[in-house]
Amino acid sequence: MSGYIVKRLLALVPVLLGLTLIVFLIMALIPGDPATAILGSYATPENVARLNAQLGLDRSLPEQYLVWLGNLLQGDLGRSYALNRPVLDEVLERLSATLILAGTALLLCSLLGLLAGIVSAVRQFGWTDRIVTFLVLIGISTPSFFLGLLLILVFAVNLRLLPASGMFSIYGGGDLWDLLRHLLLPAVTLAAVATGVIARLTRTAMLEVLRQDYIRTARAKGLSERRVVYRHAGKAALVSVIPVIGVQAGFVLGGAVYIETVFQWPGIGAMLVQAISTRDILLVQGGVLVVAASYVLFNLAADVAQSSLDPRLRR
Amino acid sequence: MLRLAQLSVTAAFAGLLLVPAPAAAQTPPEVLVVGQIAEPQSLDPHAVTAVNDFRILVNLYDGLVRFADGTLEVEPSLAESWEISDDGLTYSFTLREGVTFHDGTPLDAEAVRFNFERMLDEDHPFHDTGPFPLAFFFSAVESVAALDATTVEFTLNEPFAPFLSNLAYPTGLIVSPAAVEAHGEDFGRNPVGTGAYRFEEWRGNQRVVLTRNEDYWDGAPQPQAVVFRPITDANTRVAEMLSGGLDIMVEVPPDAVADFRDAPDFEVHEQAGPHVWFLILNLREGPFAEPAIRQAVNYAIDKRSLVEDVLQGTAAVAAGPIAPAFAWAYNEDLEPYPYDPERARELLEEGGYDGETVTFYVTEGGSGMLDPVAMGTAIQADLAAVGMNVAIETYEWNTFLGRVNPGLEGRADMAQMAWMTNDPDTLPFLTLRTDAFPEQGGFNSGYYSNEEVDELLYRARVSTDQEERAALYHEMQEIVREDAPWVFVANWKQGAVTSSAVEGFRLQPSFFLMLQEVEKH
Repeated sequence: MSGYIVKRLLALVPVLLGLTLIVFLIMALIPGDPATAILGSYATPENVARLNAQLGLDRSLPEQYLVWLGNLLQGDLGRSYALNRPVLDEVLERLSATLILAGTALLLCSLLGLLAGIVSAVRQFGWTDRIVTFLVLIGISTPSFFLGLLLILVFAVNLRLLPASGMFSIYGGGDLWDLLRHLLLPAVTLAAVATGVIARLTRTAMLEVLRQDYIRTARAKGLSERRVVYRHAGKAALVSVIPVIGVQAGFVLGGAVYIETVFQWPGIGAMLVQAISTRDILLVQGGVLVVAASYVLFNLAADVAQSSLDPRLRR
Repeated sequence: MLRLAQLSVTAAFAGLLLVPAPAAAQTPPEVLVVGQIAEPQSLDPHAVTAVNDFRILVNLYDGLVRFADGTLEVEPSLAESWEISDDGLTYSFTLREGVTFHDGTPLDAEAVRFNFERMLDEDHPFHDTGPFPLAFFFSAVESVAALDATTVEFTLNEPFAPFLSNLAYPTGLIVSPAAVEAHGEDFGRNPVGTGAYRFEEWRGNQRVVLTRNEDYWDGAPQPQAVVFRPITDANTRVAEMLSGGLDIMVEVPPDAVADFRDAPDFEVHEQAGPHVWFLILNLREGPFAEPAIRQAVNYAIDKRSLVEDVLQGTAAVAAGPIAPAFAWAYNEDLEPYPYDPERARELLEEGGYDGETVTFYVTEGGSGMLDPVAMGTAIQADLAAVGMNVAIETYEWNTFLGRVNPGLEGRADMAQMAWMTNDPDTLPFLTLRTDAFPEQGGFNSGYYSNEEVDELLYRARVSTDQEERAALYHEMQEIVREDAPWVFVANWKQGAVTSSAVEGFRLQPSFFLMLQEVEKH
């Protein structure tokens, strides 16, 4: 098992390197440069050239990339032009916020999705199934940013129960309760689509498993329905659902980019949006690197969980 | 167990509606919470370029001079008085005595010299704490000398009338040399000035907190603290204001202004600023080489409908190349081109327009661009109504600037543009002179050239007498209106909303957010 994990972690290196190269090339290809973005209306060719020289952007592209790579090996992600501070500091500060949000959303969609899927499979075509299926359909088809605004409107503006945006109260606050209050709306918004997807797949997987011979055997042996559903069927269904949860982790991380913007969550997604619009290449590189690494790690965790449930996969 | 699972699913969905939580998110008393459009880039006034950052900076720092309340006229600030030599080359400032930075170090002539040399002198030991993108505002400065503790003298290499307004701009705010020496390139995260508020805390993408400077030379402000919150999404910003999480909100989306105006707990503020929204016309080739056709499009576009319907009253109709906010330089007699499609058709015929398609560059959005896509479409419809075919090409802002700034030749006939400046000189000087063609490093992307205008602008720039400058600008505006190198469209009115707890708030034509006199009860 540990050999497998090490192998997978090593495979991460070329993936991330290739990714940074692609991001670097894309940022170089799209028109506009940091100097123009910073200078705005005052971007005369003369001012741009001067600022580019000060930012070290007058060097050739391969040279810029190699310098970046060399610094990366020494743990230095460079300095953000737009924020005027080390990229690493900014990325780490933002990463924790994103992990809290995405982690909560992932937990929420896994638990709710699995529960909803199992319940509606067991009660196939019953009223619970219909209600859950309906809610799942709404969850899948509502655009997240719209759902987010809707939730803000209802819970923050009309009912005044929860804060509209941010991660902590702007003055004072800062304890766990404060965080949870701010976390609830964005986490639910971010989890909505993934919950629906997971619920649907769980339902299908469960229905399939429940028709298997060994389930009939288990029932015939006189096992309780609870034991049949959760120990025998649930575990088997989980094996096919877990990789989907791994993939959903990617969607949740991707969704965080705009959900963080809607809720002004101080995470890495909102940071990336701003960094791209200011052509802050180093910050984009650093952010993408971290997001990609988290995505690969989430998937790795899903694979490990899957193979620990299904011994056949370990060979 | 199944029952339990069933129950918990139902409860989880229902839970969305039954969250137990304390009542409304109200802002704390004596703490002013301001909703900004983005996180600041840096709190080093010499390193930044965005109005969003200026809104914080003007409360942390003072300059030698500042714009007087409600105007774009310069008045004393850290400098009590100044003298300008007759040749316009020497400016001598007398500093206010007894002013100290928030770190306790004195504001003296040496400190002022340090500030300008850091920006301008590449050999200065702290020049590497930049870059300083707007340092060229002071490129006319030859040298800065500290004559004694309270006298500082600037020598210019040519007479440069906008010098005082540039000093009143945030690029001219004075920072503490001791703090720059202590923090180096991280000074922008540890700012120290002389302003009404001192820096307390900056949390990435969450808040910047300033606290009251008890020793402020111009009288300590009433609120204990000001919190600037970045809220990028306009809808979220509105929601946060409505839910009581903000006291002051800037850049109110036009759609929301009416809602706030009708609500009893809010006050809407509006102030026209030094902003011009216009269409650059390509004079070098295509139909707009012909003056009659340029005038025709000025008549054909219904500017009143643009500002009232598209922008919902958040802008006024522009008459010429200088914004009315520059009251002393603006020519009051200038009439905007009226909406007259009949006259437009006549002029199109007179100018020999042959129905060729006009390429129109539109941006998705950008600094001061208001609602460019909707405006572009409305303009296209107005021009179609008088028989002009317009093909719109839309670009993202940085891409757009990359295509427009090098000049429209070979690319487009018409492009949207907007400028916000601190002196009436800046916009026409950089965009309407022959010497400002893009190939010469200027922004005259439509290649307008009129010797008379060149001469007037040059004379206005070297004169240090405001009345004389005003007369020159008045004449320039009339000529430019007639030549119509642009379609003059709108002057933006900046909007802000305050809650009923806020008193004494006033928007400034400079678009800076001055909070020194604001109280919260």
